[in-house]
Amino acid sequence: MFVRLSIAVAALGVLTGAALAQGAKLTDPQIAHIAYTAGVIDINAAKQAESKASSKDVKAFAKDMARDHEAVNKQALDLVKKLKVTPEDNDTSKALSKQAADKLAELGKLKGTAYDKAYIDNEVAYHKTVNTALETQLIPSASNPELKSLLQTGLKIFQGHEQHAEHVAAGMK
Amino acid sequence: MSPGRYLATLALFALGAMAVPAHAATVQIVMENMVISPAEVSAKVGDTIEWVNKDVLAHTATAKNGDFDVTIAPKKTVRSVLTKAGTVDYYCRFHPNMKAVLTIAP
Repeated sequence: MFVRLSIAVAALGVLTGAALAQGAKLTDPQIAHIAYTAGVIDINAAKQAESKASSKDVKAFAKDMARDHEAVNKQALDLVKKLKVTPEDNDTSKALSKQAADKLAELGKLKGTAYDKAYIDNEVAYHKTVNTALETQLIPSASNPELKSLLQTGLKIFQGHEQHAEHVAAGMK
Repeated sequence: MSPGRYLATLALFALGAMAVPAHAATVQIVMENMVISPAEVSAKVGDTIEWVNKDVLAHTATAKNGDFDVTIAPKKTVRSVLTKAGTVDYYCRFHPNMKAVLTIAP
């Protein structure tokens, strides 16, 4: 399953030769770290968009993303604290963060409508990738029922974001 | 009880009934774990909808035809009175996968 997630990450863009352990099962501390990292990535993208975007709809979308992902990540932190689980950094989280940093730098060079469009298109693609990873890897691998349930709610939220992003993208054409 | 008193009591009841029209009801719609329930509900013009958001996220109840657009903060309840009849499809603007139908009789 690690392999399939790494394919999803690679599909996003850069996978810097991080040697992902083949066939290794994701543990709950790793899953929590990946899910949290995925949230932080979208918050950072949203913060850049809140200052750089020119379209009112794109700015509003970015604000929604920051608010929702912060709320979900707060819930995730509360849960790991309650479960006494320490999120554990891992190659998937590292690959996600590296890819996101590159994307942020790439978007940072764009301006005006070109930036707005690139940000929204990336939001559609990013949520799609994260949702696929949640659905096929993270949720099935999670052992703790409360973690699984939080990930399932997260999936519904992010599917909502994906549709919201698609609406905003469609409105820009 | 004297007949006069009886009539006065009746009159008081009648006044009370007029102050609170019998048909005005409160209908509760709950948003929890990204689901609106009940997904289909009937009400009447003049009824109050009690929008209960149990999620940690803000939601909206946004009518597709523009009849209403209510924002409900996380863990809050918002009340709104129905003013227009019709079958209204509504959704959450922040999470468009949350959808439901409200049928409002005149």
